[in-house]
Amino acid sequence: MGKVLMKGNEAVAEAAVLSGCKYFFGYPITPQNEIPEYMSKRLPEVGGTFLQAESEISAINMVFGAAGSGARVMTSSSGPGISLKQEGISYLAGAELPCVIVNMVRGGPGLGNIGPAQSDYFQATKGGGHGDYRVIVYGPASVQELVDLTMDAFELADTYRNPVMILGDGILGQMMEPVEFSFPENSSPAPKPWSTSGARGRKRNLVTSLYIVPEELEKHCLKLKAKYDDVAAREKKHESYFADDADIILAAYGTTARICKAVVDQAREEGIRAGLIRPVSLWPFPDAPYNTAADHAAAFLAVEMSNGQMVEDVRLAVNGKKPVHFFGRTGGIVPAKAEIIAEVKKILGGGRQ
Amino acid sequence: MLEELIIAGFGGQGVMSMGQLLTYAGMLENKHVAWIPSYGPEMRGGTANCAVTVSDREISSPVVTEPSSVIIMNQPSLEKFEKTLKPGGLLIINSSLVAAKPNRNDLRVIEISCNELANEKFGNTKVANIVILGAYIEMTKVVSLESILESLKKVLPERRHNLIPLNRQALELGAELAGEFKVREYQ
Amino acid sequence: MKKIFSRPRSMTDKPMHFCPGCTHGVIQRLIAEVIDDLGIQEDTIAIGPVGCAVFCYDYWDVDFQQASHGRAPAVATGVKRVHPDKVVFSLQGDGDIAAIGTTEIIHAAARGEKITCLFVNNSIYGMTGGQMAPTTVVGQKSTTTPRGRDRDLAGYPVKMTEMLSVLDGVVYAARVSVHNPANVLKAKKAIKKAFEVQLRGEGFSLVEILSTCPTNWGLSPLDAVRWLEKNMVPYFKLGEYKVPEEKKHEEIAVAEVAG
Repeated sequence: MGKVLMKGNEAVAEAAVLSGCKYFFGYPITPQNEIPEYMSKRLPEVGGTFLQAESEISAINMVFGAAGSGARVMTSSSGPGISLKQEGISYLAGAELPCVIVNMVRGGPGLGNIGPAQSDYFQATKGGGHGDYRVIVYGPASVQELVDLTMDAFELADTYRNPVMILGDGILGQMMEPVEFSFPENSSPAPKPWSTSGARGRKRNLVTSLYIVPEELEKHCLKLKAKYDDVAAREKKHESYFADDADIILAAYGTTARICKAVVDQAREEGIRAGLIRPVSLWPFPDAPYNTAADHAAAFLAVEMSNGQMVEDVRLAVNGKKPVHFFGRTGGIVPAKAEIIAEVKKILGGGRQ
Repeated sequence: MLEELIIAGFGGQGVMSMGQLLTYAGMLENKHVAWIPSYGPEMRGGTANCAVTVSDREISSPVVTEPSSVIIMNQPSLEKFEKTLKPGGLLIINSSLVAAKPNRNDLRVIEISCNELANEKFGNTKVANIVILGAYIEMTKVVSLESILESLKKVLPERRHNLIPLNRQALELGAELAGEFKVREYQ
Repeated sequence: MKKIFSRPRSMTDKPMHFCPGCTHGVIQRLIAEVIDDLGIQEDTIAIGPVGCAVFCYDYWDVDFQQASHGRAPAVATGVKRVHPDKVVFSLQGDGDIAAIGTTEIIHAAARGEKITCLFVNNSIYGMTGGQMAPTTVVGQKSTTTPRGRDRDLAGYPVKMTEMLSVLDGVVYAARVSVHNPANVLKAKKAIKKAFEVQLRGEGFSLVEILSTCPTNWGLSPLDAVRWLEKNMVPYFKLGEYKVPEEKKHEEIAVAEVAG
């Protein structure tokens, strides 16, 4: 197919289609509207269905119905819309239904604004809905990675029968970069014998998250826990950038990680041994590389477009071995390279945490 | 080579498409490229801007906060972006719509009255942005004019390909003016 | 000995959890009978609600999805879009369809989703212990309207079938009741018609079924059916509010000939 120049939002949508996603249910919200728009044009070409729902709540429940019926299905939204989907996500996780959910995060809380943000990290990685469940969360940092991780997301969702979230931000969705689409190996998904398709020649299937007897619900929750443990053991992903000999390790994901790479470049030019460990999977969080780096690095600096959310996972990973500092901009503001560098210098110069 | 450009103006001046053309051309030349728009309410009638990065190496950050070049298409944008330029950076101003002069004296400044020129030479102000893009490319040589024309072929639908010769002339006019400026600058 | 009455094939032998005298069980059975009559057991996917019908998956032997409160029409939409050749229906109570899930039902109906929604209206929240429902009639007592539903405070009951029947996507809309044998038979007919509309791919179909709640109404089963007839039927008028176009023409034609 060669390289094409695409907006992040459109690239996610195309990657989904190439992954065999035939159904999309969504409701418009900025800054992710290119995804439903693209799907409305593209899905009929592959015999799929795009449906604009009456609300995010309806959209996620349509996703539930389609996922329970064995289809590869996706929805996308941003901040406030993802909040509305949380009830549905809990049901999807409870009923063990595979689907992909995209959140192009905007500034919050409340209506906030449409600037880029990373303030939905807690909601995405710690379970935004009720109950004891986990969603697999990816934090891509480029348009190419949006494509690759979206394709992986569909595979992972089916493998683990679990919702997978792509946590982007307003910049990633709107940004254009060249991308290449490599066809996924498994674009025609495996049959799902547990799904509802009419009980012809077999016992009927029941898709539910209701386990009224406590002993049965506990059994179900323990089964879920075993699955999450399995995901945590196998699916942690990260990228290290000059981290091996670094005195200070930056921790950042998504757009902020790109800026932190530039910070590392400039710091190295100035003779400061800085490095970056970028979580690619946000849940499960890649804790080992941080813990290992804590053996040689003097300090960590988490940088986010939030008041400090991922920093808590970094602190858990570093486990008190070294100080973990935080720098963030919020409200739709993107941290500038210069201010991060200033922070790095302050920390290395013995600044307070 | 790492070129970080901000193009700023009103919505409807072709600010976004200039940036996209340049990005596309960079991709055709196998360079690393990224394009980021400012979006939202600003898109509807207010100021619009986009950032383009073109590099030989993998792009660390596509977010441009200290551009090496800025193209200013309207007055409010001059105020907003002049101060962000790196020392020695390139400032291209559409003098048809910008009366104010830059404050800094550590910049390369070229003024082009692209609206008037587009109107006088081609009777079509729609190519004003292409004239200024031609000037930018002559100044920076970040991509070739041919690559821009090649991108136009890809971006424009077939039925609009009759506009390509006009765009070529507009690009060349801008390049010519920038060439003259460089000579003056050298002297 | 000849067998003249038996459990419908598409019904399981699981004992129902409904309170004694509740007519919900009758409705569950009617639906199973219609599924049998139409021979669609192996092609049916049912969507369950939250409320007293939450355990209905235990009673029908068909593929089943359990929806969250009020969202059954959205879940049904997702199922039907993936399996357009299957019969997809939801069973919903008054809280589910007429309060928390009004958005979902209105838009599924407006889209003309080729699904069937069966709405059990017993004018009270049964599962949670007798609170006011959107269909609680004015003056009716509940645990949250201890002095009776006050129209100044809580307004009026929602007439779902009337509301939905004006939407172009709705092909069949009827309100029936199960408070006596004659009405039980009519209810079955309406449910069957609604499924047939779906089988013919004509659009959205809805049957509202008035049902009793002796436990939360605080009445004996017999008094409950009398209460329904006296208090609910006058407000929630029975009948077909919308029938398929050609059927309407047929009736008019018949009427003209007769006239």
